[in-house]
Amino acid sequence: MQIKPILAALRRHRLATLLIAMEIAFACAVLCNACFLVARRWTMIQINSGVDESSLAVLTVNGFEPSQAADVNARMLAGLRAIPGMQSATLISEVPFGPQTGAAGISPDAGGFKDLIGVVDFVMAGPGTYKALGLKLVEGHLPQPGDYQPATSFAPEDVQVLVTRALAEHAWPGESPLGKDFWCDKMHFRVMGVVDHFARAQPGQYEMQQGEWTVFTPVVPGGSLAGTYLLRGRPQDVQRVLQVARGAVQKIAPDVVLDQDNSRTLSDLRTKYFLTDRIMIGLLLGVVALMLGVTALGIVGLTSFWVAQRRKQIGIRRAIGATRGDILRYFQTENFLIVTFGIALGMLLAYVLNAVLMKFYELPHLPLYYLPMGALALWMLGQLAVLGPALRAAAVPPVVATRSV
Amino acid sequence: MEEYEMFGYYLDLALRSLKRNRVLTALMVLALALGIGATITTLTVLRLLSGDPLPQKSAQLFYPQVDPYPAGKPFSRSGQMPWLMSYVDAMNLLHAGKAQRQTALARSRVKVMPKTQEGKPFYADSVMTTADFFPMFDAPFQYGAGWSAADDDSRAQVAVIAGFLNDKLFGGANSVGRMIRIEDHDFRVIGVLKPWAPQPRFYGLHLGGRDYGNGEGVFMPLLGARADGIGPSMMMSYGPGASMEHLETSPSIWLGVWLELPDASAVSAYRLFLADYAQQQVALGRFQKSRTALSGLMQWLRNEHVVPDDARLQTGMAFGFLLICVVNTVGLLLAKCLRRSREIGVRRALGASRSAIFGQFMAEAAIVGVAGGALGLVFAELGLWGIRHQPAQYASLAHLNLPMFLFTFVVALAASLVAGLLPAWRACAVAPAPQLKAN
Repeated sequence: MQIKPILAALRRHRLATLLIAMEIAFACAVLCNACFLVARRWTMIQINSGVDESSLAVLTVNGFEPSQAADVNARMLAGLRAIPGMQSATLISEVPFGPQTGAAGISPDAGGFKDLIGVVDFVMAGPGTYKALGLKLVEGHLPQPGDYQPATSFAPEDVQVLVTRALAEHAWPGESPLGKDFWCDKMHFRVMGVVDHFARAQPGQYEMQQGEWTVFTPVVPGGSLAGTYLLRGRPQDVQRVLQVARGAVQKIAPDVVLDQDNSRTLSDLRTKYFLTDRIMIGLLLGVVALMLGVTALGIVGLTSFWVAQRRKQIGIRRAIGATRGDILRYFQTENFLIVTFGIALGMLLAYVLNAVLMKFYELPHLPLYYLPMGALALWMLGQLAVLGPALRAAAVPPVVATRSV
Repeated sequence: MEEYEMFGYYLDLALRSLKRNRVLTALMVLALALGIGATITTLTVLRLLSGDPLPQKSAQLFYPQVDPYPAGKPFSRSGQMPWLMSYVDAMNLLHAGKAQRQTALARSRVKVMPKTQEGKPFYADSVMTTADFFPMFDAPFQYGAGWSAADDDSRAQVAVIAGFLNDKLFGGANSVGRMIRIEDHDFRVIGVLKPWAPQPRFYGLHLGGRDYGNGEGVFMPLLGARADGIGPSMMMSYGPGASMEHLETSPSIWLGVWLELPDASAVSAYRLFLADYAQQQVALGRFQKSRTALSGLMQWLRNEHVVPDDARLQTGMAFGFLLICVVNTVGLLLAKCLRRSREIGVRRALGASRSAIFGQFMAEAAIVGVAGGALGLVFAELGLWGIRHQPAQYASLAHLNLPMFLFTFVVALAASLVAGLLPAWRACAVAPAPQLKAN
């Protein structure tokens, strides 16, 4: 295929060529950045909570004094465990995708905040909660009955805990985390085991790699550990069990208030937690689809006019020996050149747009591999859009050359 | 009169031309309408979120900040001022009375116990505040009135409730003088508010709770509620010994303070007073830093980035999309005009001036714009319907209003006229002779 005559023709239609190229450039910039945003949100939505979400529900009551905690716990646990289909009801302070109750900064020395390891979620958990959650231990050992410590304010004064692998790798890279100590103000913690995955309550509020900075803390029920119960049932039962439990609260403990919003199955909590992200993904993809559609329309429109305008020239070329394939390839090559020009411009624009987004949002740099992917998508779009008009051009019979007007 | 006739003639020509290429015209209108629809939808949401919560008063409302944090343990690493104030500082500013009005407040979720037997206890959002709250923020009363400064000092057990809570508890009747049980203490209702919920809830920023949506149900005197042990939703400590039980004396910030300052001289006078106050506290050893801040209401909302990032991102995306649609329209109009070179040549040869050709093509663009605007309005209504079904706090408030309705047409017309400029200019630059000579 000869490129020179195409370039010569394009030079005569500089303005129209520039317009298509600009449209491609904008589309390229928006496409790359929108896909990047979608991919980030998608990764977030896919976060592994590490627990058996389909079998779990959480029930929260409040409106009682700290002095009543042990009494409320005893009545609630007895009442909940009596519900048919309930495999277990245990105490927990927070669950993945529920409200956050215990986030605090931890450091490798007592009372110091100078070498902060990071802000982690402390999940206080009563006996039986580890088994109910379905966490997976990868190192060390599980809390034994004697390891559960009482907590009056926030966490026990001195306790052995489980940490997630993500937190262990951040806090003690390349070392075995077992037996390591850390502090939160005056409270002392020692790592007894490592779990594979365990998401914190609100992972979306932290950077992506911090979504699993969670400390599983064995705590004796009562004191600060009261009012939030982890219910486990078979996956097909859990919704019904929760419904029964919600209805039973009034009878079990008439003096407390059921927290309607935060008494749900974990699957519901997850869906609700990521709903805005899902909508945003839908919106971004919708805009990208519309934008690509409009760009394709523009290409179809402009090429159609070019074809109509050049009917006579096409006829002459056919008459002097050009095949249908030659004409088809002419328009395809022309489109390829314009789109390539647009993409070159678009890659620059994509980086500018990324820089602007980085200024306003907490976003990393656009990874380079998005650019060739965006380019490929636009080349394909261009070729698809030009196919119709180009086929019409190829169908122009040679006899047109002999007609006037 | 003649000009008017010419305009009619251009419109007629434009309509004929548009009719000749129905598909292409439809595509142009559709593309423009999609762009307009997306832009208007997101702009409506953004305007809703970044709107003025109290348009008639916001210019006179100010938020003071001081910094009691020790130098070695700052409130934020990036040097932000502490969001809230300690009880001691808030009361010092209130008692100084240097502003026309001043109030301190905290938010709390309180247990409300209905008086009837079958009623279940429930939680309501509440505000613990001082007497000036209601006149300062123009809160409208359905029945009764707010409390007085004397009620504040005497720790009166009184409450103002919102209309929706009055409907729930008292069936909407005048409940002034009735009792309401909050956190196991009896409060006497002294006022019922008309529906009132500034969007966003500027006074509740950083005090816990929601920034958009329904307003609070209960308003109680700060000292009276504290006497019953009702605690705030948000508390941050800046020193050892902070506890929820002794908030008044412990090193913790948990109150928002608002001032009403009628004019610029009052504002600058207050700035001086606040700076003096901080200096005094440094001299007393209570503060280590003497920096202060005094922000107007709208400035405060901007500083604290109240508008969600997603809403901004959506608006940016919509404008990018509109830009692509406009470029697309330019391309299509240009293609049409280039194709009609011969027609233009004939008209020019028959005596049409350049401006006449220009007018004709601009009229064509304008028709596309108005049609695109009308269709875009339909898309915007669809988009807003979609927004109202989102789970966001502000979702139910997303409606198209008259200014936005008019703005739609202005945007559509402007976009299409901008899109039409280049093709029209190209068209009127066509020289008649070569066009007539060809063929």
